[in-house]
Amino acid sequence: MTDKHLSTQFDNELSGISTRVLEMGGLVESQVAQAVFALSTFSTEVATQVLKAEERVNQMEVEIDRDLSTIIARRQPTARDLRLLIAVSKTIANLERIGDEAARIARTVQRLLNSGMSSRMRLPVGDLTFECELATKQLRKVLDAFARLDVDAAVDVLRHDDQIDQEFDGLMRKLITYMMEDPRTISSSIDLVFVAKAIERVGDHAKNLAEQIIYIVKGTDVRHNSVDTIEDLVR
Amino acid sequence: MDTKFELHSSEKVKLTVRDLSFYYGSFQALKHIDLDIPERKVTAFIGPSGCGKSTLLRVFNRMFELYPEQRAEGQVKLDGEDILSKKLDVSLVRAKIGMVFQKPTPFPMSIYDNIAFGIRLFESLPRVEMDERVEWALKKAALWGEVKDKLTQNGSSLSGGQQQRLCIARGIAIKPEVLLLDEPCSALDPISTGKIEELIHELKADYTVMIVTHNMQQAARCSDYTAYMYLGDLIEFGPTNDVFTKPKRKDTEDYITGRFG
Repeated sequence: MTDKHLSTQFDNELSGISTRVLEMGGLVESQVAQAVFALSTFSTEVATQVLKAEERVNQMEVEIDRDLSTIIARRQPTARDLRLLIAVSKTIANLERIGDEAARIARTVQRLLNSGMSSRMRLPVGDLTFECELATKQLRKVLDAFARLDVDAAVDVLRHDDQIDQEFDGLMRKLITYMMEDPRTISSSIDLVFVAKAIERVGDHAKNLAEQIIYIVKGTDVRHNSVDTIEDLVR
Repeated sequence: MDTKFELHSSEKVKLTVRDLSFYYGSFQALKHIDLDIPERKVTAFIGPSGCGKSTLLRVFNRMFELYPEQRAEGQVKLDGEDILSKKLDVSLVRAKIGMVFQKPTPFPMSIYDNIAFGIRLFESLPRVEMDERVEWALKKAALWGEVKDKLTQNGSSLSGGQQQRLCIARGIAIKPEVLLLDEPCSALDPISTGKIEELIHELKADYTVMIVTHNMQQAARCSDYTAYMYLGDLIEFGPTNDVFTKPKRKDTEDYITGRFG
């Protein structure tokens, strides 16, 4: 959105809201990374930090939503301005839910540590870290694409969501093996399943964000389509 | 010749404009306009000052013929009949295509006669029927309740919003097929504007309505189709829902989002 409105104030309002979306995105991205870091380092402190950051994320969602209403009421935006604001509204809802997933991981980590899980149990925590890296990478990429309104990058994010899903499926099979071999790991393994599922959800939210970017730029609602169809639609 | 802006196939075309150019002396104000106006729909014309939207409306009921240095070239067909043809009496055109202007223009006579005046030009109705027609027109224009006890008062004694609704009532009293509204709300407060917009919505059940407006939100609120014009060209024409959320042309987008300049 390089060209300017006649009203510079309107430009400032729009760029201000985009900046805060990116800020919120950065916050939840680090939350997810930290939550999994807490798991791999068996750290309750880090898990507590993640839970604290959640309040900030929720507050940002409320603030941005309030500003959205104000802009819509005062400016009556149309076309791509309207699409941007609608997309922002959906984007922050997704970001808030990513924050929820991070908090869910953090709470699971606390529970696991309280119930005496340690490195001696040799659970596949490393695989979770890998899945998490994939998800946060997607998140970073999609936020970057949002900042630059880059449709190609957004499509790329959509195309790579499969990797996380595959990683999740692999992890699931592995955890089942662990549980069959040693029933004492069942409780912890189930908790790890929830963590893996939370990370997989983060990937899904990143995907939703990518779809919103395409909506802003192209005006096409690409939700509920395969990546191949989407590529055709945006071309 | 077809227009590049196709209407949805379910729409019936009321007015067909083909290769229409318009000149104020040597200045060309409209450049080869091709357009189909759908029947019983509201079509809004938007664009910056001087884009030709009011000129276009003035062509549709041959208002320009009052000025010898102004001329139109091309075709404007109402249900297949070329209304620009010299063979067609201009008053017949205006009986079918009524117009309401930016400033309310009540005649200096009673409210009743304001409505009856136009009817008498075309029909000689017995008193009772005339009364009924006046009441019908005022009711259609959502003004009856406010004026029914003072029909003998002068039309100019009404408020601006009421005067404008009186002009709309006068326009529809002769039962035209098309109603042209040239900035009908620009001199009105938001309440009167709201009433006129509500009225426009109701009028489209019976009439093909075309409205020129500087207020984009108004176009967005009350039209089914929107045409964006710039410097005498028709830049974009399509369903209002599309034009205001996903315009096809960047020029349109820049204008409606306020990036124009």
